[in-house]
Amino acid sequence: MPAKCSPLEFYGRPLPGVDTSELQGKLIVIEGPDSIGRSTQIQQLRFWLEHRGYAVVDTGMARSALTMKGIQDAKNGHTLGPLTMGLFYMTDFADRLENVVIPALRAGFIVLTDRYIFSLIARAAARGQNVRWLKEVAGIALVPHATFYLRTAVDDLVARVVCGTGRFDYWESGMDVPYGKNRRDSFVKYQAKLIEILDGMAKQYDFKTIDAGKKPLLIFRRLQRQIARVLQER
Amino acid sequence: MSKFAPNRYRGKLIVVEGIDGSGKSTQLSLLSQWLRSQRLAVSFSEWNSSGMVKGTTRRGKKKQMFTPTTFSLIHATDFADRHERYILPMLKAGAVVCADRYAYTAFARDVARGVSRVWVHNLYSMAIKPNLAFYFRVPLDVALDRILGGRAALKYYEAGMDLDLSRNVVESFRIFQSRILEEYEAMSGEMGFHVIDATQSIEAQQQQMRQIVTDRIGKALENDILRSPLEIDHAG
Repeated sequence: MPAKCSPLEFYGRPLPGVDTSELQGKLIVIEGPDSIGRSTQIQQLRFWLEHRGYAVVDTGMARSALTMKGIQDAKNGHTLGPLTMGLFYMTDFADRLENVVIPALRAGFIVLTDRYIFSLIARAAARGQNVRWLKEVAGIALVPHATFYLRTAVDDLVARVVCGTGRFDYWESGMDVPYGKNRRDSFVKYQAKLIEILDGMAKQYDFKTIDAGKKPLLIFRRLQRQIARVLQER
Repeated sequence: MSKFAPNRYRGKLIVVEGIDGSGKSTQLSLLSQWLRSQRLAVSFSEWNSSGMVKGTTRRGKKKQMFTPTTFSLIHATDFADRHERYILPMLKAGAVVCADRYAYTAFARDVARGVSRVWVHNLYSMAIKPNLAFYFRVPLDVALDRILGGRAALKYYEAGMDLDLSRNVVESFRIFQSRILEEYEAMSGEMGFHVIDATQSIEAQQQQMRQIVTDRIGKALENDILRSPLEIDHAG
């Protein structure tokens, strides 16, 4: 899919039945690894935007009413192959795009989305899948107004996981590949690979990279400033 | 336009396609019995049958949650699961894999639902190219008689009710199936289908199928395909 297009155009083949000229709202993406604080930032951004009088809808990866249970069950079974995983998450994405994101944009809402097609593509790439193929499938995605990439080093991620949930998740550690003999080793290598892949996508997809090693309040201020700018553009 | 991955394995992939009521499942079942009777290793995979994805598909159908795009994607997910966990390993192991419906079903149905042809063809470009694809050609009215005569009720998506073609289920089914039929016919040449006239007797169709299998992949069946080390029970 060609990367440089204007916001709220499709990257690739358009979805049937959607006229992009009807879309009025703003689409803002927050990308970044687990435990980086994406959901906290989104919660605060939502509060701030609503306070300023904007209507906000937030959505996020694996939250589709259609696929949420199925994906969870498949992950619990630990038998989800990389190809199936990529397409299951694409189904989740498409369901939310058509039933949440597009209706909200039609109605002039600001849509805050916790991860987008980029994480999905990065995960597939880290599992040796054909990226060109998946990008074409993901061509049904709309170009966002802004994509903020919360980025940090792997060591910082390890510290966040250990002090946060206190356990390395099977899938977040890439144990299905696996990248290492135990979860910690696999986590380190897998997450480093994801960072490398997302870094590689940053320019092509016009990510605004934010150093997530900073204090949450500083990150929030930065997001506020940049989003305020997006809202002024017409 | 279709760009499947070539089959570089010992095993062979045979698929059957056609609209509902074309009799393709009966034919495939007879064919696999015949192959098994020669002690050849035969595996079978049916459209929309992945245990992992089934729950989601059922839920979406029951609550009528699908759009043409998510309908297409969940079937591709189902296909991917069967493909990476079953079809591919079985081909590698040297079996004849018999598939009741394959990517062509998605090409026909999803395009009939309005999904972009180029997009759905790309979606399935991860699939292995069949060695033989049989298409059971049947006039719409014959297929409808077979389906409507033998079964109680048409289901919502099966009848294309999501497309608002008609309020009447049978009428909607007729219009939707005719679109699918058009798609099959349009891709038949390009995809290299072996076309079987499905108005013939069951035995005549089966004879024709077996002849094509022998002509096309007979040598491979003799030399490359895994054979069952077990005795075959002919008594049953």
